[in-house]
Amino acid sequence: MLVSVPRMDTQLPDRGEAMPRDRFHAGLRAGAGLAAAAFLMAISFGAISQARGWGSVAPVVCSLVVFSGSAQFALAGTLGAGGGVVAAVVAAALVNVRYVPMGIAVARDLRGGPLRRAVEGQAVVDGSWAAAHLGGGRFDRAFLFGATAVQWPAWVAGTALGVVVAPDPSLVHRLGLDVLTPGLFLILLLDEVRRDRAGRLPAALGGAVAGALLFVLPTGPALIGAAAAALLALRTTREAVR
Amino acid sequence: MIVWTAIGTVAVLGFALKGVGPALLGGRELAPRTRSLLAQLAPALLAGFVVVAVAGRDWAAVDGTVLGGLAVALGLRLGRAPLPVALVGAVVATALLRVVTG
Repeated sequence: MLVSVPRMDTQLPDRGEAMPRDRFHAGLRAGAGLAAAAFLMAISFGAISQARGWGSVAPVVCSLVVFSGSAQFALAGTLGAGGGVVAAVVAAALVNVRYVPMGIAVARDLRGGPLRRAVEGQAVVDGSWAAAHLGGGRFDRAFLFGATAVQWPAWVAGTALGVVVAPDPSLVHRLGLDVLTPGLFLILLLDEVRRDRAGRLPAALGGAVAGALLFVLPTGPALIGAAAAALLALRTTREAVR
Repeated sequence: MIVWTAIGTVAVLGFALKGVGPALLGGRELAPRTRSLLAQLAPALLAGFVVVAVAGRDWAAVDGTVLGGLAVALGLRLGRAPLPVALVGAVVATALLRVVTG
């Protein structure tokens, strides 16, 4: 299934000048690869949450309304460990805090009043956000929508399949499917720094800061630290210029 | 009931976290320094995603077979392989390494 997906190209030089419909379709094509990975991960979420007594409907509704793999795994993991509602919600919210800087970054490329922009901002998910980055802090709005539009149903459908089939969670590990998430981000990072050499310093600092913070903080705040590293990179670059 | 309460709360919080930036900052012309900062955000966060996904809390999730799979993905992409091919390569390499290392 993965091989049949068209090539994901995040480096189209004229992407910003193409028609919105064409950019949306380009986003759909790029999102197909992301959706395939999301579908497989969602099977795992459906199986795990169902095995922890969520029933058949709640995991699917969760994927429908939360639509954040890392937050959903945090939610299921914390509830499954007997952490209670507050602890589970805090864990999931901490994981999702990264959407604040991501939303700020994409804000000026969205349209309409505050409410419409807030709704359009729901299209921000990790893979789509990275793939829609045009460089220089600008984002391709239609491409972002297309990339997310294909991932959302894939995420929900994968969850439903996981609930119905309920494969052994260890199967994901045996088949090596757990490499999909870091693999996807690694490739997007590679494409990003190859497209713009200026991204190498913030990438190095972001990775280093996140890695250090993982010793003392959960993954969500560690990612906020990675985002803050962009500030450090900006400062370092300016001092080097002086 | 506990599950439904948690799902509902996380959904509302998620909407707010994703929406607050676009709602408050979308209509403004940002200062050049802010625009420069936002340009640095994508590579910094992407690198953070990679490290977090590989290492996990306390670096307890580091797995040599995953690192091997990532190396294969990196090699394939540097060789201009399409994204799905690079990802399939990573999955196959990781699974094979697990078979070999038992």
